[in-house]
Amino acid sequence: MEQPQTIAPRQARPDADGHFGEFGGRYVPETLMPALLELEQQYYRFRDDAAFRAELDHLLRTYAGRPTPLYFARRLSERLGRGIRVYLKREDLLHTGAHKINNTLGQGLLARRMGKPRVIAETGAGQHGVATATAAALLGLQCEVFMGEEDMERQALNVFRMQLLGARVVPVHSGSRTLKDATNEAFRDWMARCEDTHYIVGSVVGPHPFPMIVRDFQSVIGIEARAQILEIEKRLPDVLLACVGGGSNSLGLFHPFYEDRTVQFVGVEAAGLGRHTGKHAMSITTGQVGVFHGAREYVLQNDDGQIQIAHSISAGLDYPGVGPEHCFYAASGRARYAAVTDAEALEGVKVLCELEGIIPALESAHAVAHLVLHLRDELPDGAIVIVCLSGRGDKDVYVLKEHLGKM
Amino acid sequence: MNRIEAMFAEKAKTGQKAFIPFITAGFPDLPRTERIITLLAENGADLIELGIPFSDPIADGPTIQRASAAALEAGASVARIVGLVRQVRRQTGVPILLFSAYNPLFHRGLARVADEAKQAGADGFLVPDLPPEESAEFDAILRERDMPLIYLVAPTTPPQRREKIARLARGFLYYISLKGVTGERASLPADLESGVAELRRHTALPIAVGFGISRPEHARAVARFADGVVVGSAIVKKIEELRDDPDWEHHLAEFVSSLASAAKASVGVEPDPPRVGCDFRNHA
Repeated sequence: MEQPQTIAPRQARPDADGHFGEFGGRYVPETLMPALLELEQQYYRFRDDAAFRAELDHLLRTYAGRPTPLYFARRLSERLGRGIRVYLKREDLLHTGAHKINNTLGQGLLARRMGKPRVIAETGAGQHGVATATAAALLGLQCEVFMGEEDMERQALNVFRMQLLGARVVPVHSGSRTLKDATNEAFRDWMARCEDTHYIVGSVVGPHPFPMIVRDFQSVIGIEARAQILEIEKRLPDVLLACVGGGSNSLGLFHPFYEDRTVQFVGVEAAGLGRHTGKHAMSITTGQVGVFHGAREYVLQNDDGQIQIAHSISAGLDYPGVGPEHCFYAASGRARYAAVTDAEALEGVKVLCELEGIIPALESAHAVAHLVLHLRDELPDGAIVIVCLSGRGDKDVYVLKEHLGKM
Repeated sequence: MNRIEAMFAEKAKTGQKAFIPFITAGFPDLPRTERIITLLAENGADLIELGIPFSDPIADGPTIQRASAAALEAGASVARIVGLVRQVRRQTGVPILLFSAYNPLFHRGLARVADEAKQAGADGFLVPDLPPEESAEFDAILRERDMPLIYLVAPTTPPQRREKIARLARGFLYYISLKGVTGERASLPADLESGVAELRRHTALPIAVGFGISRPEHARAVARFADGVVVGSAIVKKIEELRDDPDWEHHLAEFVSSLASAAKASVGVEPDPPRVGCDFRNHA
């Protein structure tokens, strides 16, 4: 078999200034512009470099655990009935337990090639922080992770994991003391130290070129899934389904199928306590365009253009913005977006535990829940669906016990 | 000619340097901001940067972050701040530059907010997260209304990019003195003067320098080679310290006037004594 391709070929989108249609771009202080321009230039150079790609491929295979299985979920499929066939793309089986490592290995290698000895990252629940600390340890890079004070309390074990891996976790006291503020603080740090530091952004968000870079490194999910489904089913799937917070696992799955027009993309946002409670993370599905963390995108904001705090039971979806490429997919109709509540996501966890023996991350459970509770009725008989199982649920056991423990 | 250009033209004639304080609008509250603006004008401000608070200010250090959060908490909004400018225009003709993150402006509507600001008597905009790659739409809107969009140049900005920015700039150019966020620093970067000198090769516009200037000696040093000196966090911090002080006006006037005198003293102009008289009018 040919060496598996792990980075999608260069695309027409974004344009030269990082726009996906009207979305994306670079809305950052001038101090950061030269760093972004340098990063873009260096990234183009390395992504086309055979030695860089071979090194990344090697790490993904021998260290992270790629390719991940495309698993036929027989009992879940039977539950849905009507000949519907559900496949799970098992990113939960990767080292560190989620798809985040695809990106941190790629950007970690990029940092090393660019000669930056120090990497920084933002983290909410700690998944991206742990994945960054892991890549930094592996590659011999100094690592600092910015994390909201409130998140540090809620995710004390992940704080310890990062420290164990040699990273320094920097508490963020400003604003809501959660992910968005940790991101602000990481940008502030980068402004002061862009000469020796690379900022490993954790999702397909932020100013250009980050949404493109993260998408490219996550595209390995869809590239593999496409080859695997063609081998197993001898045809393309009808639907791709994945959760959307910032949107990296979903875009990683969707992007390589972009030109396959018969393949529908469905992204699932977190409806939290419900759309009308105001406590949710439905950036796309409530749809107000704004500029946040350096990009034009759909963002939760109040009547005065101030950014709102998102809510979800799943920390990985708890972000008020969303990647600009998703916004473009939504506006152009290439993808559809739905939302499921915290309670529905817990249903998704139970279904997968009981039928497949898999404890999914709460994030991924949103996609499963949408399939079981809503999408099933719209699917034609015999439809083939690929669900991105972006992470495992080990990190969520405390939350799960709190909500499901009385069974 | 708008007020900002007229002010710098006047300064050029006398050889004096412009003192440009920054404050966060709505901090500690809107009524006091109104009084602070007149007090700044009475005590040597040649141009006031009026900051519209934003929930997620990535270019700001802790002092302005705190002030922004407190201002939003106290009810500051774009509409109210524009109203404040209208109000304050009855008392002073000091040029006012609205300093805002892009999103609050974008959300209100760029043409609408420009019209509102113009009618209220504001003189221009500075949008720190709007680099030239993204500024075309707002720049054109402001151009039609004779309001400059002030561009920034950082120490990291390479020469060909400075050239590009200088071509777009009107009013004046803002040189960011250091890498990193706003906030007080013990000393100024050693390469600041050469950075400004390099920028002069690309522009005939006045150059104001800001970020990290917090003491009269900094202001004096910068005024030797720049046309304007911006002091932000140090003033906002002083306002924060004085928020519960009944005699805050007097202390603030004294502090501002010491900075203003230092900025202007570099060319040997005799400083004015601090003024707090409420009946003072500075008609442009």
